[in-house]
Amino acid sequence: MSAFTEARFEAHEAEEASGIPQPSQVQGRTQWQLTWMRLRSDKVSMIALVVIVIMIILAIAAPAIASLTGHAVNTAYPVNGENADGNPVPPGTNGFILGTDSTGRDLLVRILYGARISLFVGIVTTLIATLLGVGVGLMAGYFGGIIDTVLARFTDAVLAFPYIVLALALAAVFGPSLTIIVVMITFFSWAGIARIVRGQTLSIKEKEYIEAARSLGAGPFRIMFFDILPNLLAPVLVVATLYIPNAVVFESTLSYLTLGIQAPTPSWGNMLSDAQNFYQVAWWYLVFPAVALLITTLAFNLLGDGIRDAMDPRTERLIAARRLRRRVRRSTIKRENKEALESLAVGGTRAETGKKG
Amino acid sequence: MALVGYLIRRLLTGIIVVWLVATITFFLFFARPVYTVARQIAGHAATPQVIQEAINNLGLNKPIMTQYWHFLNDLVHGNLGYSYYTGESVDTMLRQDLPPTISLVIGGTILWLIVGLAVGVISATRARSVFDRVASVGVLIGLSMPAFVIGELLIGYVFQPLYSHGFHFFNTGYAGITSGISPFFGHMILPWITLATIQAAVYTRLSRGQLLETLGEDYIRTARSKGLSERRVIFRHGVRAALTPVLSQLGVDMGQLLGGVVVVETVFGLGGIGQISVEAVDQDNLPVIIGFVIIAAIFVVIANIVVDLLYAALDPRVRIT
Repeated sequence: MSAFTEARFEAHEAEEASGIPQPSQVQGRTQWQLTWMRLRSDKVSMIALVVIVIMIILAIAAPAIASLTGHAVNTAYPVNGENADGNPVPPGTNGFILGTDSTGRDLLVRILYGARISLFVGIVTTLIATLLGVGVGLMAGYFGGIIDTVLARFTDAVLAFPYIVLALALAAVFGPSLTIIVVMITFFSWAGIARIVRGQTLSIKEKEYIEAARSLGAGPFRIMFFDILPNLLAPVLVVATLYIPNAVVFESTLSYLTLGIQAPTPSWGNMLSDAQNFYQVAWWYLVFPAVALLITTLAFNLLGDGIRDAMDPRTERLIAARRLRRRVRRSTIKRENKEALESLAVGGTRAETGKKG
Repeated sequence: MALVGYLIRRLLTGIIVVWLVATITFFLFFARPVYTVARQIAGHAATPQVIQEAINNLGLNKPIMTQYWHFLNDLVHGNLGYSYYTGESVDTMLRQDLPPTISLVIGGTILWLIVGLAVGVISATRARSVFDRVASVGVLIGLSMPAFVIGELLIGYVFQPLYSHGFHFFNTGYAGITSGISPFFGHMILPWITLATIQAAVYTRLSRGQLLETLGEDYIRTARSKGLSERRVIFRHGVRAALTPVLSQLGVDMGQLLGGVVVVETVFGLGGIGQISVEAVDQDNLPVIIGFVIIAAIFVVIANIVVDLLYAALDPRVRIT
């Protein structure tokens, strides 16, 4: 027996011993079930998901928490909330858990109310942008021709436009408001999704089952939304998750530049903008909103990356390869067998083969 | 000759793009009543006569198409109009404030490309090493942080403590290169780092992914089996091919770069054209904003042509037509 088959045989035995299901026990799983299983085994993604859920709960419960602390969001507490010099008090003083801001308002309550705005903007703009992007991308990809040319050119133009510059112009014309922010961020987010959906649609519409659907008499919209759309939900979901933190950052940047949420309504951006005048006397005023912002965007980015990895079938092989290698290390297979085993399992992962050939 | 024809064609389409942007911005600004603008300029206690006079002075009483015609005519002659407040020519204002912006853009871009590509290449050639893992965490933090937060943290926790302890190398504000190399770098390094951090993250990720993909190609194995040194394989064969998607991303990012410039200039008080535009929004100073939007559009158009030329130079399969 060659080293190769021997290794394979031993791997098989190892699998059997470790209780991996045999063909008869295998049950069918949908792509979403597989993805969810892979995602659940990824600790980082699960922590990110938990952080996001906690953030959302805190944001929803902000008024309740505010009434627990007894501090209203836009009320200044000059007696308790400022020291003798009129500066903010540090965390933990006079019942202000995270301290106060420049006018003696409760920083914790304001950060929680800021979370409402950030998460609202992030999630709402991404939802609208995804719907728009999917619609435009499907139309451009499916119909092709002049529709495609016009839509694709328009998409490219939006992608290349310096959006903060246009945000400047729009804020000057309509005056800054939450509506303008949502409209603006949506306007600049749909294009990226449209581009991806268009590319996917172009390849999917050539598949045989689309032809079958057409020969059964399905109309273009039925094909687009019932036959093509379910097959490109995966990449769209990944991109959408990664757009949420972008929107959160965009909102805070606009508010920081005083083009977004206006005082006294708290937003992480306008709090940070105010905080920069106080970092010598009140580090907490700068650090806590910044940390809240960073935790939120980081959690969404990590979750997005995790979902992408979980949807990539290559990840499965990567995990399997890692598991096998660990098992091989434990058992006392000879060195050449081990190498044969690795080449067997690694195969598709470029990362492994790319490592010093 | 093909190159000249190509350049002419690209410049013509570029001019159309700039014209479109200028026109859209111009008409956007007339979506609001002119009265508010004039009223703000004339002041709160202004009588109706004073406001009317302000409107007349600014030429806001003429029909919109006449104003548009004047605007276009001036634009072709390189005149961007006059500030509503000081009456100063917008050309002069923008030209005066261009040096900080140019220093920021050039220095920041160089730093971001060097850092982004270097980290990406090292990560890819040592996939799964400690360096790679640390780098990918750093990339995620860079992607998650808004520019102004990085800038503020740098000011609060690098510049401020150093400055108050008598170390005056780092500085905020702007000092031209004519004031000496050392002050110039002292003023610019923190802004460059800020601008580079947000952008470099994207490039690290992109170049790492691309290089990993490329290093798995057959021709890389061929190069290795020819007995080429590992360095030669990676840089001459691998990186070169991996660079093309990085370059096309660069073209897309030019617009985003200007957004970053606006933020960084505001955080560090550099006083470039981005910062005066933000101030102009507060004052409803429309000509300055229109001027900035047009300059931004011109910059994006030119930068994209340059990127496309570089692209063709790098990838022999791409022909300029």
